Amino acid sequence: MSASSTAEVPFAPKTKVGRITDFVDERVGGSGILREFGRKVFPDHWSFMFGEVALYSFVILLMSGTFLTFFFDPSMAETHYSGSYTPLTNVEMSVAYSSSLNISFDIRGGLFFRQVHHWAALLFVASLGVHMLRVFFTGAFRKPREMNWVVGGVLLILAMAEGFTGYSLPDDLLSGNGLRIIDGVIKSIPVIGTYISFFLFGGEFPGTAIIGRLYVLHILLVPAMILLMIVIHLFMVVVHKHTQYPGPGRNDGNVVGYPLGPVYAAKAGGFFFIVFGVVALMAAMFTINPIWNYGPYDPSPVSAGTQPDWYIGFVDGALRLMPGVVNDFHFEYIIFGHVLTLNVLLPALVPAGIIFTVLFMYPWIERWITKDNREHHVLDRPRNAPTRTAIGVAGFTWYCVMWAAAGSDLIATHFHVALNDVTYWLRTLFFLGPIIAFMVAKRVALALQRKDREIALHGRETGRIVRLPHGEFIEVHAPLDDYKHYKLVGFESPVPLPAEPNEHGVVTPKEKRRAALSKWFFEDRVAPATPAELEAAHGHGHHEAIESGEEHKSLSH
Amino acid sequence: MKALSQKRRHPLAAIALLLMGLLVTGGLYAVATTVNQAKADTTTFSASDAQEGGKLFAANCATCHGMGASGTKDGPSLVGVGAAAVDFQVGTGRMPMQMNGPQAQEKPRQFNDQQTQQLAAYVASLGAGPAIPDAALLDEKGDAAKGGELFRVNCAMCHNAAAAGGALTRGKFAPALAGVSGQHIYEAMATGPQNMPVFNDANISPEGKRDIITFLKKIEANGSPGGADLGSLGPVSEGLFVWVAGLGVIIAFTIWLTSRTS
Repeated sequence: MSASSTAEVPFAPKTKVGRITDFVDERVGGSGILREFGRKVFPDHWSFMFGEVALYSFVILLMSGTFLTFFFDPSMAETHYSGSYTPLTNVEMSVAYSSSLNISFDIRGGLFFRQVHHWAALLFVASLGVHMLRVFFTGAFRKPREMNWVVGGVLLILAMAEGFTGYSLPDDLLSGNGLRIIDGVIKSIPVIGTYISFFLFGGEFPGTAIIGRLYVLHILLVPAMILLMIVIHLFMVVVHKHTQYPGPGRNDGNVVGYPLGPVYAAKAGGFFFIVFGVVALMAAMFTINPIWNYGPYDPSPVSAGTQPDWYIGFVDGALRLMPGVVNDFHFEYIIFGHVLTLNVLLPALVPAGIIFTVLFMYPWIERWITKDNREHHVLDRPRNAPTRTAIGVAGFTWYCVMWAAAGSDLIATHFHVALNDVTYWLRTLFFLGPIIAFMVAKRVALALQRKDREIALHGRETGRIVRLPHGEFIEVHAPLDDYKHYKLVGFESPVPLPAEPNEHGVVTPKEKRRAALSKWFFEDRVAPATPAELEAAHGHGHHEAIESGEEHKSLSH
Repeated sequence: MKALSQKRRHPLAAIALLLMGLLVTGGLYAVATTVNQAKADTTTFSASDAQEGGKLFAANCATCHGMGASGTKDGPSLVGVGAAAVDFQVGTGRMPMQMNGPQAQEKPRQFNDQQTQQLAAYVASLGAGPAIPDAALLDEKGDAAKGGELFRVNCAMCHNAAAAGGALTRGKFAPALAGVSGQHIYEAMATGPQNMPVFNDANISPEGKRDIITFLKKIEANGSPGGADLGSLGPVSEGLFVWVAGLGVIIAFTIWLTSRTS
């Protein structure tokens, strides 16, 4: 409706509900917001929903976590257990561990909520990770979404911090061992390490302060930061609008999909309950973090199979892969009375540092190499950006090698191989794995592009063999419809961008390096079939058909 | 005193001192080790048991352990290992060993109770060693909480806090303890089979061993209060599960939600 008509005839609600609604709307402006948001269009694709899964997991975490705070006591005061789990009766432990056991065994629904909370936490970080992989491999981080990619990276780090602080709270043997490793890593930082450790633990490890401090971080500071980042993230999603996969009628100037209201809102709302249902089922049927098995924390015992939750696993794995001594070369130095323990410092901080630095900088790295300053709202199919895909696969492989190393003892026992051999192989793969993965992924992407090109030019192989009257056998190729055709040919295939002189007419060394990288990035390419090629291929087909007889014309394409 | 100080430079003085030292350490060692043998040979074997056992030994074990169990380069001497060691190794099928490897693997046992007892009697007759434990120590009526503490301090670093087993170096491993009989657990602690250290009665008293067995049997009988235990392997199996099953089911739902009916 036009603005003038509303000005002339003021809206007069007829029913009571209508009057109340109108009263509220005139003061809040709800219909305007609804009109704006309700028309937001979301493209439909299953891979776009992992961010939603993460968001819903976070909501589940807030709700189940609130329940747990009612009964959890983060005190490290000593007590003797008197709850209903008899294998621990009268065992000396902290109040924190005792209250975690009470939640598990003496609070109605407590164990279920603990397991909901923990499973949701694992799912939260997992869906975050998959979401980021989707964004990376489809090139959704490109302009204008670079900043939002960074916000996502911050969210990943915050989620890991939130997870680790939560993992440590029950003060059981497993989490205490984890804290001990963190303490060791902190202490390996030159000069300031011991100071930070003493500050964090309020004295020598384990002290009597750490659980209370981690609790405040876990329920107050970190979740607040996560919430803030989620708000910024979603705000930017609304501002940028959603990306979409390439397809007919889709371009960088539009979004093709369903509006938020009512279809998508219903779907998304229902999806929340699906995620909740899956988490609740897992919590009801599968135990997670059975703290009663581990016993209270005591600095002397370390259980076999002590691992962190999966998202910290890659750091633990890197620590496990680092040799203590190589031949006679040890990694410890004493400099001006300070011990520099490289065999803790290097594996704990360097791989994670590299992964997150590259992750945060990648949008700018690619932008610099490609000199691509245009806005992109249509995604790349991963095969159509072979070098980016290969870089991603290489990074992911590196991560996975370290991740696997965190389970090296279980790999050894379950596959009946020697722990030492597992470690040697993973050490080798730590260096070679990413290189092999890069080459393989790039070749696979190029091969898929060739396959696409082949199908675009000659149609789909039907597997139907036809014998022509003169005895020749041909396989019938079925032509694609225009929609599928578009997907196979309608993509950009950039060529290497040679070094260009700057405004002074000078080709700088930096520009030469960029040109070299650009060559590396785009050198291997399979160009999409051009209209001329398509025409020629079809013409060729016709020609063959004519040769083999008019009546078989339709067979050859 | 004067005579002693005069003779302190005697050529044999050093030897005398060495002998005295050896006697003292040897004597102390003998006293210390009898702690472990206080209950030795409480199970009585008849002479015919040992005789039959000797025949079984010669036919099945002597290839590696040597005639008279004196040991060869393929197998250690069994003099003084005690009846408990035989009962554990033969009773769990680890001996006779199927093949050489990092450690003897458990397998269906090759000898029945009577034959195992005869072998034990034979080996026990060769020299005193840890005996098969008293039934009173295996009644599983000790203090489970105390046993749990002992288990976490002494055993969990190899066998895992939930007794699910763990890896050792170069293909060796500590097995999971679910389903192992109390008697075998006791004998393993007393004799230290494969790569396990010996926990003699001075390390962990017989009552402590009884508590540990009580604890292990209790957590085995308790099952997993939180649902399927995923192998009690800790965060690795939990992470694997959430990635494969949790995320897998959710991906199936996302595909369903975004599939169009048109």
